Amino acid sequence: MARDVVRMTASEVAKAVNGRDVSAEEVTQAVLQHVDAVDDRVGAYLTRLHDLARAYARKVDERVRAGEKLPLAGVPLAVKDNMCLEGTRTTAGSKILEQWIAPYTGTAVQRMLDAGAVPIGKANLDEFAMGSSCENSALGTTRNPYDLSRVPGGSSGGSVAAVAAYEAAIGMGSDTGGSIREPAAFCNTVGFKPTYGRVSRYGLIAFASSLDQIGPLTRTVEDAALAYEAMAGHDRMDSTSIDRPVEKASTALRSDLKGLRIGIVKQFVTEKLGAQTHALYQQAYSDLERLGATLVEVELPTADYGLATYYLIAPAECSSNLARFDGVRYGLRVEGADVGAMYEATRAAGFGAEVKRRILIGTYALSSGYYDAYYVKAQKARTMFANDFKRAFASCDLIASPAASSPAFAFNAKSDPYSMYMMDYYTIPMSLAGLPALSVPCGWITPEGPSTGSGQARPMPMGLQLAAPLFEEVKLLAAAHAYEQGTQHASKCHPEISR
Amino acid sequence: MSSEKIDVRYVAKLARIALTDEEVERFGAQLGDLLGHVNVLSELDTASVPATAQVVESRNVEREDSVGPVLDRETVLSMAPQRQGPFFRVPRIIAEEG
Repeated sequence: MARDVVRMTASEVAKAVNGRDVSAEEVTQAVLQHVDAVDDRVGAYLTRLHDLARAYARKVDERVRAGEKLPLAGVPLAVKDNMCLEGTRTTAGSKILEQWIAPYTGTAVQRMLDAGAVPIGKANLDEFAMGSSCENSALGTTRNPYDLSRVPGGSSGGSVAAVAAYEAAIGMGSDTGGSIREPAAFCNTVGFKPTYGRVSRYGLIAFASSLDQIGPLTRTVEDAALAYEAMAGHDRMDSTSIDRPVEKASTALRSDLKGLRIGIVKQFVTEKLGAQTHALYQQAYSDLERLGATLVEVELPTADYGLATYYLIAPAECSSNLARFDGVRYGLRVEGADVGAMYEATRAAGFGAEVKRRILIGTYALSSGYYDAYYVKAQKARTMFANDFKRAFASCDLIASPAASSPAFAFNAKSDPYSMYMMDYYTIPMSLAGLPALSVPCGWITPEGPSTGSGQARPMPMGLQLAAPLFEEVKLLAAAHAYEQGTQHASKCHPEISR
Repeated sequence: MSSEKIDVRYVAKLARIALTDEEVERFGAQLGDLLGHVNVLSELDTASVPATAQVVESRNVEREDSVGPVLDRETVLSMAPQRQGPFFRVPRIIAEEG
């Protein structure tokens, strides 16, 4: 085989497997070999699924031989380990679920498998998806494939590292406040969070149910569109899933931005991110213009209240969702004299520091006497975000902004929780309003200051966030494709881990 | 922004998490700091703003009350840390009369 199947995009793999130029089994074998060669250094996967992957690959080959055309035929898939895949260990990156084997498969994962994707492994994450660097995983360290001394971002850090290091062509991620978009920006990949409710959450271990959304991490926008089409759609097992048709995005991709009005948020001042970063985003905005878009200034007056709103709503919902981990029906149990002592000991031993902090703050915000002042107040602020975006989208089709506040940082660089939370400043507002949004590579920055790793600082990727009104995924992906093709940033540097 | 005092032991009791003294100290400071940050919300005038629980409009979703595919009992019980026959086994819940 002359071509390097490991480096193929999802769309290339599907085409080659459907055309019987290569079998799914050959692709899978090559990817598994590559994973075994590099993943001890990258740490993308918590569990490698050699046998299961080969079995799925054989099934795909059978279906192709029988004449089926599968949209994701043979595409190697990384599944974030907060998603259930029957018979596989599903940990949510937590000690409390370290040995738990999922007894069923979640809807989004099942749909990817039905479309022909092959599950290579279960990918690392911040514990229960709470974090922005993957450092909160209780079960493993994931490194940024572009500089192993830096974090991959989070919480979908394992999925994104797998995609960036060619250990999968598609990573499944979940995004509550930026957990797909921020790691995508850190690792030179495309990360797409569809409208809230577009993708079923059945089989996704819940963090904050009114915000959680599954979406793809890929190396191209076209692959993100293919993955989205496969995983999206109504599901009776998730009462919040949206019952409306999923328009085809992969055939609507554009090569220019003519006729599109793109909003730049006045309150998102990039000067405060430093001269290098400011210049990079100004260049990105002028590239949008060069490709035919008209830039308009829009207002998001509530911008500075996003973190406060999010860090009440998300912990409140998490404190309630994580109450189910009590040592009775599944997962870890630590014995105690009575049932109360057993609960307290189990949860003390099973949860890590960040999860405890968020459960505590959420419990406090929901407790008697504070409910109106904190939780209800945050829900009212949330209404203001939705209204602000409605007003902004009256004068533009899409909104462009940074995807993260900085490039990927070194391990242990954010010791105070709030400085970590700041990473999601630009992604949280869209989450609060339920909007579809993505991050697409927009250039490279050589971080200032001494490198902690191998001596000289390597250039690190940056991401441009594009956001659209509710349900406008097709318009969003089409525009992102035009920007990606018109700038070609992703191919300018290569991961430190290469074959 | 001033840090708020928060009774971490009481909140941890509500949340059913045993904390060490060191955690009480550390989380107390961190949560106080975080509350200081979230208190900026009081600047927002929300008097005439309704609360939003979920942004994408949806109504009550109902389905027919019929049995669909479910996990079988043995599968579910086999995941339990402790079981006794067809039951989950837990430590004593009701204290003995003293």
